[in-house]
Amino acid sequence: MSLIHYLVLAGVLFVISIAGIFINRRNVLILLMSIELMLLSVNINFIAFSSYLNDIQGQVFVFFILTVAAAEAAIGLAILVVIFRQRRSLEVDNFNELKG
Amino acid sequence: MNMNTLLIIALSPLAGAIIAGFLGKKIGRVGAHIVTIASVALSCALSIQLLLGFINGEMSAFNENAYTWMVTGDIAFNVGFMIDSLTVVMMSVVTFVSLMVHIYTIGYMHDDPGYQRFFAYISLFTFAMLMLVMSNNFLQLFFGWEAVGLVSYLLIGFWFKKETAIFANMKAFLVNRVGDFGFLIGIAAVMMSFGTLDYAEVFAQLPQFADKTISIFPGVEWSLMTFIAIALFIGAMGKSAQAPLHVWLPDSMEGPTPISALIHAATMVTAGIFMVSRMSPIFEMSDTALSFVMLIGAFTAFFMGLIGIVQNDIKRVIAYSTLSQLGYMTVALGVSAYSAAIFHLMTHAFFKALLFLGAGSVIIAMHHKQDMSEMGGLKKYMPITFITMWIGTLALTGMPGFSGFFSKDIIIEATHASTRWGSGVAYIAVLLGVFITALYSFRLIYLTFHGKEKMDTHTKEHLKESPWVVTLPLVLLAIPSVLIGWLTIEPMLFGGFLSDAIHVNKANDVIAHIGEYEFESAGSFVLHGLLGKAFFLALAGFVLATYVYIKKISIAENAKKTFKPIYNILQNKYGFDNFNQKYIAGGLVALGNMLWKWSDSKLIDGLIVNGSAKVVNAFSKAIRGLQSGYIYHYALVMAIAVIFLIGRYVL
Repeated sequence: MSLIHYLVLAGVLFVISIAGIFINRRNVLILLMSIELMLLSVNINFIAFSSYLNDIQGQVFVFFILTVAAAEAAIGLAILVVIFRQRRSLEVDNFNELKG
Repeated sequence: MNMNTLLIIALSPLAGAIIAGFLGKKIGRVGAHIVTIASVALSCALSIQLLLGFINGEMSAFNENAYTWMVTGDIAFNVGFMIDSLTVVMMSVVTFVSLMVHIYTIGYMHDDPGYQRFFAYISLFTFAMLMLVMSNNFLQLFFGWEAVGLVSYLLIGFWFKKETAIFANMKAFLVNRVGDFGFLIGIAAVMMSFGTLDYAEVFAQLPQFADKTISIFPGVEWSLMTFIAIALFIGAMGKSAQAPLHVWLPDSMEGPTPISALIHAATMVTAGIFMVSRMSPIFEMSDTALSFVMLIGAFTAFFMGLIGIVQNDIKRVIAYSTLSQLGYMTVALGVSAYSAAIFHLMTHAFFKALLFLGAGSVIIAMHHKQDMSEMGGLKKYMPITFITMWIGTLALTGMPGFSGFFSKDIIIEATHASTRWGSGVAYIAVLLGVFITALYSFRLIYLTFHGKEKMDTHTKEHLKESPWVVTLPLVLLAIPSVLIGWLTIEPMLFGGFLSDAIHVNKANDVIAHIGEYEFESAGSFVLHGLLGKAFFLALAGFVLATYVYIKKISIAENAKKTFKPIYNILQNKYGFDNFNQKYIAGGLVALGNMLWKWSDSKLIDGLIVNGSAKVVNAFSKAIRGLQSGYIYHYALVMAIAVIFLIGRYVL
């Protein structure tokens, strides 16, 4: 398995997550999951380069990202709970208030 | 002479006007006329004192600034007085006629509700006119010029409930604006080329400017002096009612008669004549401009007189006669006989004011009817008016011995002696003008005072001579109308009295020529005049008028029918009014409508104001779709943008 395979895997994951964000119309939860996926694809990049270049710094960075991602997921879910309590729905199409 | 005297002369009528105008209710009718008459009488007495000082040689020219109004850069705008022989003559004439008119007004406006207002206006006029003639710089001249125009406007429309009066005062104001536009351009050209507005400084610099040219339109070079002179003269054409800017003067007769006498015969309309004489050093530098002046004057003198023959309104006949006489003065200016113009201005002021006030006296007796076809036979009812009107008419027609004879004959002689381009035509015009003057003047006298009594019985029962406040000015004006010519022709024209104010080039000096070869004394001038062409023409006019209007009135009616086309042309006043109304006023209205519809409604409102709003509206409608409110749309845009940016830097 060469570096290319890892990078392609990461790229595929990234594109899937972007598609998940844009094509998904149903649920905000899936948005959050897509964002997590995006972070993971970046992590794969980091680890692949770290092992390829024999540099431990990349893997250290991954831990930081994982931590941040965990925190972000927690806050995101909390926000979703609040939104759900208010609106009784998590459908993306309802969240279009960012316009004049 | 000191500054204080001059300030009193100029400002006392202003004080009178302010008191009568603002406190008119408090001081009452009697108070108003006492205050204004006293203030003008003071001015008049001091002016005549100055005049006598100049005649005796005790005084000499005076030129001083009284007050600096404003300084910008190198140019100072001053209020100052330039007093020389020309000024004192004008001051004396203005204040004397004004005083007569003030006294006369007591009788004429006796029952008018605007009594105090009228006195305030005529005193204000006297102030403005004095500022005009006493000025030592162009700006103050312009101030006086506009101020007399303003008062003229106010007084023509004095009876502001009368539709025709409002039309007439608007017309006078607008036509004068045309002239003033030229005048202002002339003043601006003076300021631009000389860098000062002071008369003395401008005149001192003149020799350096003889060959200068000015280019108004690219590629066309005009002589600077000709340009300035003609521009200034256009101002004079407006104020002194020379064709084609004369149209306002006949209509100005809508105003009360005293102001027709004061403003529209004796003083304000002669401001243009005075101004050209004052600017004689400038005009002397341009033969072209003087030819122009002369031809305009000749046209006015001859053709406006002709209209007088067919008018039936007693005041309008005199108004056309005024136009014609102003034409004579302008011809005199055009042949460089400035002193003759001033001389005629002075004699004309007396006899024309007399005629107007006489006509006013008739109008009082006729209960404010002015149509001569309803008068006749008034001589036995109002003898003083009758006699003084006869004197005024004899003076106007230039019967030898009367003041008008001296001044008019000298103008005709001067035109004859002149060698300027076009003077031949002008000579014929002024000579035939004498015949016409006699014809319409005696026609007026005969229709009014002689012949059958044509008024209705009610008017007839009330016919009586006017009160003494009306007849006194008539008598006081009749005296100079007879005598002033005898007394002043020699010193004023040939004795060099005006030489400190008027500059004439040696080659153009027709008056000096006449003085050298023809003139000996006033008496011999009269004898000489008895043999002249002008006298015979006047006599012919007199005989014709007498025959037609005393013996056989049917001739006039027949002539009217036989010469119908000519009669119609004269009735239409050569179509000047129709032309102005149709093409100038109509054209301006059409232009205004076009600008309103196209420029304003369509271009400015439609395209620029509403158009820009519409563009913004359409643009925002188009891009409103971009703001969907969905986060993922924004995120997509962001992602695509990032990809593009990275793509640009990396690839």
